[in-house]
Amino acid sequence: MEITIDWYIALSAILFSLGALGVLLRRNAIIVFMSIEMMLNAANLAFVAFSRHLGDLDGQVLVFFVITVAAAEVAVGLALIVTIFRSKKSINIDEINLMKG
Amino acid sequence: MGSGPVIILFILMALVSITAAVMMLRSHNAVHSALWLVLNFTAIAVLYVLLNAPFIAMVQITVYAGAIMVLFLFVIMLLGAEQLQAMTGVEGNERYHRAVAIVLVVLLVGGFGYLVTLGGIGSGGETAVIDASPVALGLRLFEGYVLPFEVTGVLLLAAIIGVAVFTRRKKKEA
Repeated sequence: MEITIDWYIALSAILFSLGALGVLLRRNAIIVFMSIEMMLNAANLAFVAFSRHLGDLDGQVLVFFVITVAAAEVAVGLALIVTIFRSKKSINIDEINLMKG
Repeated sequence: MGSGPVIILFILMALVSITAAVMMLRSHNAVHSALWLVLNFTAIAVLYVLLNAPFIAMVQITVYAGAIMVLFLFVIMLLGAEQLQAMTGVEGNERYHRAVAIVLVVLLVGGFGYLVTLGGIGSGGETAVIDASPVALGLRLFEGYVLPFEVTGVLLLAAIIGVAVFTRRKKKEA
């Protein structure tokens, strides 16, 4: 028996689903944000698995870029959360409804 | 390494990462969630090593499990947000969200099942192991992706400036 790419893609899908579940079910903005990181990570795992499968380094280069963008995104997102917390004294995403139509 | 240890390591790391992900979603303390996420990232870093991507594994540990999660922990502790409500929410909303989540999971698992049974993504078997050392990766990065790399620098600069502007208190407020 050999570990094929299927296994990695399955794991990636499971982790992505768990991340999506977290975004939909949790109300704490920081946890929601961590779930988004987990989804990005699942995508990275799929990239590296395909890179290995196809024998092409481009997948790993793309993961490098994804990680860079994720770092920038985390910094901006956490700054947003801090700013929202300062003005609303809460990071419950159900209470952040200023833009609700 | 033969295929036996690799399979054992893969299953172990898959279990660790899935367990850590579930515990991250379930724990009521945001600090615990962050630590579970670090475990998840570390397990995935081991999988990167198995996938012949040592540089990405190292970046995963230093940048993701290190820098990004420390930033998370800083913000959690700064806001004192570790005990803020966990699963509570508006009741009707909750049911709706749960339904959407279940539909998404079914779609994803179904799509994957289709790919494996009919599409056959894994049917090609293992290809030759390529040179994925940091040197090779760096050469590929700077030979084919110089412009995206420069754009990344601009993006990071924009993020830094944005964050500085965001979190600056106005004079009268302070």
